[in-house]
Amino acid sequence: MSALLAVKKKHVRDSHPIAYLFVAPYLTMFAIFIVVPVIAAILLSFTYFDTVREPFWIGFENYVNILTNDAVFMQNVIPNTLQYAIIVGPGGYLLSFFLAWMLAQLPSKLRTVLALIIYSPSLTSGVTMGVVWKVIFAGDATGYLNSILMRLGILVEPVIWLQSQEFLLTIMIVVTLWSSMGVGFLAMLAGILNVNSELYEAGYIDGVKNKFQETFYITIPAIKPQMLFGAVMAIVGTFASSGIGVALSGSNPTPQFAGQLIVNHIEWYGFSKFEMGYAAALSVLLLLVIYFFSRFAYRLFGSKDE
Amino acid sequence: MKTIAKKRKSRFMATKINPKRFHHSQLRYLVFLVPLAAFMILPLIYIVNHAFKPLDELFYYPPRFFVEQPTLENFRRLFAITGVSGIPMSRYLFNSILVTILVLFFSVLFSTMAGFALSKLQFKAKRIINEINTIALMFVGIAVVIPRYLVVERLGLIDNFFVHALPYLALPVGLFLVKQFIDQIPSELLDASRVDGANEWQIYRKIILPLIKPAVATIVILSFQAVWNSADTSQTYINDDTLKTFAFYMGTLTNNTNGVAGQGMGAAASLIMFLPNLVIFIVMQSKVMDTMAHSGIK
Repeated sequence: MSALLAVKKKHVRDSHPIAYLFVAPYLTMFAIFIVVPVIAAILLSFTYFDTVREPFWIGFENYVNILTNDAVFMQNVIPNTLQYAIIVGPGGYLLSFFLAWMLAQLPSKLRTVLALIIYSPSLTSGVTMGVVWKVIFAGDATGYLNSILMRLGILVEPVIWLQSQEFLLTIMIVVTLWSSMGVGFLAMLAGILNVNSELYEAGYIDGVKNKFQETFYITIPAIKPQMLFGAVMAIVGTFASSGIGVALSGSNPTPQFAGQLIVNHIEWYGFSKFEMGYAAALSVLLLLVIYFFSRFAYRLFGSKDE
Repeated sequence: MKTIAKKRKSRFMATKINPKRFHHSQLRYLVFLVPLAAFMILPLIYIVNHAFKPLDELFYYPPRFFVEQPTLENFRRLFAITGVSGIPMSRYLFNSILVTILVLFFSVLFSTMAGFALSKLQFKAKRIINEINTIALMFVGIAVVIPRYLVVERLGLIDNFFVHALPYLALPVGLFLVKQFIDQIPSELLDASRVDGANEWQIYRKIILPLIKPAVATIVILSFQAVWNSADTSQTYINDDTLKTFAFYMGTLTNNTNGVAGQGMGAAASLIMFLPNLVIFIVMQSKVMDTMAHSGIK
């Protein structure tokens, strides 16, 4: 017993220097591929850099140009990104909570099958699914969607879906929503399933009257941490998958910039126009937007002492 | 009074979370869930059917959804054709498999080691590393594609095979989930082993690793999904065609072969991409759900 106490004491007072060895491999990769690129993006965003000459300092000029001089950014990229991000982000998030909530109220076998079906699209990726969407949304009468709509008499002429200014963004949103029930969805489902059932019994005795009250007063507060995790995953997933427009239309920029999102704009400036400084400034703006949205999610679901 | 309580109780039972068996009150959810699930699985069923269609069925007009006479022809042709520069498809597949194995092994090793230290060992930088990693959950790699490229270039890793794997070895979500999971393991268990003379590496190997299998399964799935599906590293860091991966090759396949015959091969290739993901998830799904229960950000 005294030996155990001695260990405990030592354990509290002394640190474990060996811990640094345990975290070193992870931290090295983390530094090289996450921290350094983020810092480099911030530094480069204040420079002019065309990859041929050394970058030189130009202060806030890139940011000023983004906000005042970039017609494509203001007229296409911002509205597209907003529309896409709001529907796929919060929209997809609410949908995944709602689905998880309904699934949790089904018996185990049925639930597993349905959850698997709903989760499995998130296992695909934009590139690998390109071939599927290209056939479903093919621009001539052999495309599945055109063929169905024409047989139903809704369309007379086939629509060139993936090159169309009108429909490209909508198709991108539907496709991304389809594949967005991923880790966050599973986390919320697991969270709801693990809510202590005594909480519900107590709630009903205390006067909870219906499902709506039950969800708002018992379920959501009980799974706040999972709700937050799901929200962060939804935000990240929204922006991470936003290369989909290029995968669908086959070109960057997308036709008439119809599906141009910030991510595409970054790659366009960086790899096609070789304006690395400008692209870096766009990256910084994007990271700030993601950070801002995540802080908002923390406000909603984070614990009080945060 | 008693009847009211009873009534409440019965209503409660009828709408219970995680019910034991089917009850007619659950029908209202199924009315919504079943059509939605059907819609969601449609593109996947399409891939399967398209991949097994013989050439003449691919040409049918109007197009038919289901395959009538399934054949392996598309797979045979997919393996027979060679890439733009005369590289057989099997080479790309081999590259992908090798990269995936490397990533799975090292990302599991790195994140479980770090997760153990961040959860159970005391050291000065612990708090700050945990906080930075939680912020990094929001990190979107695609946003810093340009500076990442510059870093890789400066390190001389362009056209180096390992550049496919390296960016995926630090997966903040993976570390986060592992650390949360290890937090559930009582520290007394480790202290007891320390008394018996075990060093920290032995504790990690003999106690932590066997106990966190569900979290390991989860990192495997997340890493697998990220690296197996990734065409970005081939596109950005690799010029040498012999070093590119299957996911990248698929993209070129669908861009270069717009013909109907190409669609069949494309679907076959999609199926090859998708099936391993699905199989791994099905095998490990209960472990993943177990990990996800501890996924919350507090």
